[in-house]
Amino acid sequence: MHDLQPEPAAVPAKRGRAIVVTSGKGGVGKTTTTANLGHALAARGATVALVDADVGLRNLDIVLGLESRVKHHVLDVLEELVDLDDALVRDKNNENLVLLAAAQTREKDEVDTEKMKALIERLREKFDYVLIDCPAGIEMGFKNAVAGADEAIVVCTPEVSAVRDVDRVVGLLGNKFRPQLIVNRLRPALVKKGKMLSVEDVNAILRLPLLGVIADEPEIIVTTNRGEPIALRRDGATASAYHAIAAKVAGEDVAAPTVEVKDETFFSKLGAFFGGSK
Amino acid sequence: MIEFIKKFFAPQPSSQTAKERLRLVLMTDHLSLAPEMIEQMKRDFIDVISKYVEVDREKIEVSFEQQDKALVMLSNVPILAVNRTKPEEPPKSDSTPSLPRRKRRKKAAASTGAPSNASPAPAV
Repeated sequence: MHDLQPEPAAVPAKRGRAIVVTSGKGGVGKTTTTANLGHALAARGATVALVDADVGLRNLDIVLGLESRVKHHVLDVLEELVDLDDALVRDKNNENLVLLAAAQTREKDEVDTEKMKALIERLREKFDYVLIDCPAGIEMGFKNAVAGADEAIVVCTPEVSAVRDVDRVVGLLGNKFRPQLIVNRLRPALVKKGKMLSVEDVNAILRLPLLGVIADEPEIIVTTNRGEPIALRRDGATASAYHAIAAKVAGEDVAAPTVEVKDETFFSKLGAFFGGSK
Repeated sequence: MIEFIKKFFAPQPSSQTAKERLRLVLMTDHLSLAPEMIEQMKRDFIDVISKYVEVDREKIEVSFEQQDKALVMLSNVPILAVNRTKPEEPPKSDSTPSLPRRKRRKKAAASTGAPSNASPAPAV
């Protein structure tokens, strides 16, 4: 199962789940979510392929810390210049996880939708999960990213513009993808003060099954700086939130997500100054 | 006490403003994304009015606009004649206008609850 070599023909082909991570709006954390959910699923022992569908703006390799290992990209595979197995970059921390990088010097409309669909289908035969990191927007890049998926995770920040765009994307997806919601970058202290939309406010509008809530934590920026997704950790509130999302995706009964309010006191700031990672 | 006075004069929390703006913008979005639904509603609307008065179907205008904190439907219905006979099924509430005017401006505030968007827009 941990082997990327094609299985013998006698073994019936597996069919993993293909999930597109999308949002409409850019900058809400699709790539970070894809990377962390991928790691959290792989930590559970599942085999996971992450596909960066943001052709022209490759980023998933950076968040995963795999940028130096990428030799080939998704268009090389689609154009049959390299074998699929040669284009997959195995993660340095978890051998269950592989990345198929986006082409950086090409454009989104160079992708053939039908070929992309076939590629995702091939990956599903090899991996338990295929997570597709969708580009922002609702044009060709979105359509190609969605083509091979049959489930969707929508990432939304508690902002009017992000909720509006998710609402639009969910409308475009239709019921077929059974979209589930991750509320990202929540700042509980601001919600408490009435300065930010709450998870309930967001989902009163979207009315989607809630997969999880990720608080806006400086640690996420730090881990992205290092190319070591926070879900690699076993403890801590943010890592636990990603692991809970992975458990829920895997079909486990998980308690409703909670995000604790951390009041910024002088001592907590002092603690962060001495103890927090930079 | 000072806290109480402060609270009393404090502007509405910005999250509340965000919630209201979001509700309105999504209602407008959903309307613009469902032209067939609007056309169907216009036809049904005209049919209902036609039970009571004869209207100029060609000249009926229906539009939506945002007024303060509500989305309103505005319609301009030129009435050609008033039926003398009562409609077959009288309405439950006695809302039939006693003095029909030639032109009526109908204003219906949209529901104040969260917009119903279980299936927000047809897939494009």
